[in-house]
Amino acid sequence: MTAASDAVAWVLLIPICAATVLAVLPGYRLTAGLNILASLGTLLAALSLLVIERPQPGYYLLIDDLNIVFIVLNTFVGFTTSVFSASYIAHELETGRLTPGYLRFYHAMYQVMMFGMNLAFVSNNIGLMWVAVEIATLTTVLMVGIYRTHAALEAAWKYFILGSVGIALALFGTILVYMAARPVIGEGQDAMVWTVLISRAATFDPALLNVAFIFLLLGYGTKVGLAPLHAWLPDAHAEGPTPISAVLSGLLLNVALYAVLRFKILLAANPDAISPGPLMVTMGLTSLLFAAFMLYRRRDIKRLFAYSSIEHMGIIVFAFGMGGPLANFAGLLHMVMHSLTKSGIFYAVGHIAQVKGTQRIANIRGLTETHPALGWSLVIGVVAIAGLPPLGIFMSEFLIVSSTFARQPLLAIPLVFGLLLAFGALILRLTSLAFGEPRGNAAPADASYLPMFAHFALVLTAGIYLPGPLVVWFQHVANLLG
Amino acid sequence: MHNLAFDIAHLLAGGLVLISFMMLYQDRLYALLNIFALHAVVLALSVAWQAFVQNAPHLYVTAMIALVFKAIIIPVALHRIVKQLGIHRDIETAVGIGLTMLAGMGLVALSMVLMLRVTGAADPLAREDLAFALSVVLLGLLVMVTRRNAVSQVVGFMSLENGLVLAATGAKGMPLVVEISVAFSILIAFIVIGVFLFRIRERFDTVDVGALDEFRGERR
Repeated sequence: MTAASDAVAWVLLIPICAATVLAVLPGYRLTAGLNILASLGTLLAALSLLVIERPQPGYYLLIDDLNIVFIVLNTFVGFTTSVFSASYIAHELETGRLTPGYLRFYHAMYQVMMFGMNLAFVSNNIGLMWVAVEIATLTTVLMVGIYRTHAALEAAWKYFILGSVGIALALFGTILVYMAARPVIGEGQDAMVWTVLISRAATFDPALLNVAFIFLLLGYGTKVGLAPLHAWLPDAHAEGPTPISAVLSGLLLNVALYAVLRFKILLAANPDAISPGPLMVTMGLTSLLFAAFMLYRRRDIKRLFAYSSIEHMGIIVFAFGMGGPLANFAGLLHMVMHSLTKSGIFYAVGHIAQVKGTQRIANIRGLTETHPALGWSLVIGVVAIAGLPPLGIFMSEFLIVSSTFARQPLLAIPLVFGLLLAFGALILRLTSLAFGEPRGNAAPADASYLPMFAHFALVLTAGIYLPGPLVVWFQHVANLLG
Repeated sequence: MHNLAFDIAHLLAGGLVLISFMMLYQDRLYALLNIFALHAVVLALSVAWQAFVQNAPHLYVTAMIALVFKAIIIPVALHRIVKQLGIHRDIETAVGIGLTMLAGMGLVALSMVLMLRVTGAADPLAREDLAFALSVVLLGLLVMVTRRNAVSQVVGFMSLENGLVLAATGAKGMPLVVEISVAFSILIAFIVIGVFLFRIRERFDTVDVGALDEFRGERR
């Protein structure tokens, strides 16, 4: 019991202590190493949560079946990104895009962001969760604007304003949930504690709960990047440092989606409340179709994959909107797979953009010839993200499509249409990026391949064989989600 | 006594909505900042009154934050920024004032209808507070979308946030209100620093779509 509380505390304490230290330490090698070490420590603390007994849920912190795998995923991608970031940032220092002062700031912010995301996952209090999401938003805004170019500031400002409005709406929703809970649970701390809320949710005022959910869906949905609230996402991905794009796509979107899922469970526990399904299905389909069309007009490689993130978030929200054990299962699997694949792709893209000196798709050609390792990694990544077998995303997309055909054949038509559209766009871009006459700088890349290989290996393994305990866990959580 | 308590809370919350409306038609930055300071003062009064009525002393902290931070420090800082950036000229409103006011009335009507309908079970004080709070939030959003200037967008956001504080204090016994208002103050401080450091004025000088395409790196 104490060991367990300690492990939860470590997951939060390591990043925050590391942030303080990194904010003052000079020197690139030392700080990048420390950043990796701190991320590894957090990952180990998170992994230990899997084996030791879980702590009793307190007023503020909670470890349960829903969040535990997300914490592990979050810290894992946080760790691999810190490894990638070390070699990426070295190059940025060489080219002078980052100064040592900004580098300190960057590393400190990286750890604060990890703290915010971990806190959002482990919090048992809807108010605390909101604060944690706000922390994560603020730090990512600062990191998106770190290059201080015109475009980066534009992107950071847009993200700032839209993200702030999003979290403001989410707070209003949180207050409404409290208002709904107060007559039943009574005033004070208890009425914001997740475990208490869920046990009494059946007796809440359904009308208030409905309105609250709409605010929460819009608010946190802005941060998930659901169309039409996605406008910040492509800019933030394209203009910030690539490690941040990887973390944004791979982790931050998941954090916001996790918040939505929490409240969806709350709504599902109340028999008189509206079903969140149709709302989520509509938003998911809109995002999917919109992003699929937008993929065709991208000329910037990071922007291309940012739109692909919107597309995948759309698919996931659609799956959870459909509900039921199978679709929920597929949605959860898709969240994990997308997280791993997309951050892996961004690792490759980051090195590619650095070695070619450009993010324009038209100026990057024939990568498999000039940089075989990077080029083929990108090929694997895009094949995975486009949903081809035998990689993990194929399985989750297949499950989503087949369960939709079984229950709502009419909805399956736009879904499949969107998937095919996105598939076409991605393959089209991939052929020009990876094959053909090489164009641009052919100097060898000084890249760290390990993080992306690790990610793609995991995605491939999951596509071929999903371990039994993981399947059991997914099924269990899928049932919880209703 | 209870009726008086209710009336005063009602008056202050209604005052906030009214001041939000006043923001909609300000076309000078200095005037907008002054109105915002007034907004924050009324919010501080309203929160203090809630603290007194609910017998919740921690809310006085929130009231003090609203008074010192949002009614004094931020407007003064923004005043200086506006002066330094030399943008104390007219605000380019994206939509005409008449239309904006009409939209504002529509939003207030919407929030009244929505909140009063769904909160039938709650006590009347919290109910009205919530309806007013949603109005202030929506009007803040309206200010944000009708302005192109970064400073007035910040003001819109802050008035939106005042609405949230009003809602949070109106929800009787809600925990973490002080913490949340502190978190929001930090957020706002960041925004204000951001406006200043990033010299966002420059980027609002052009509303040319071509320039936007260039930012996005999508021009052929």
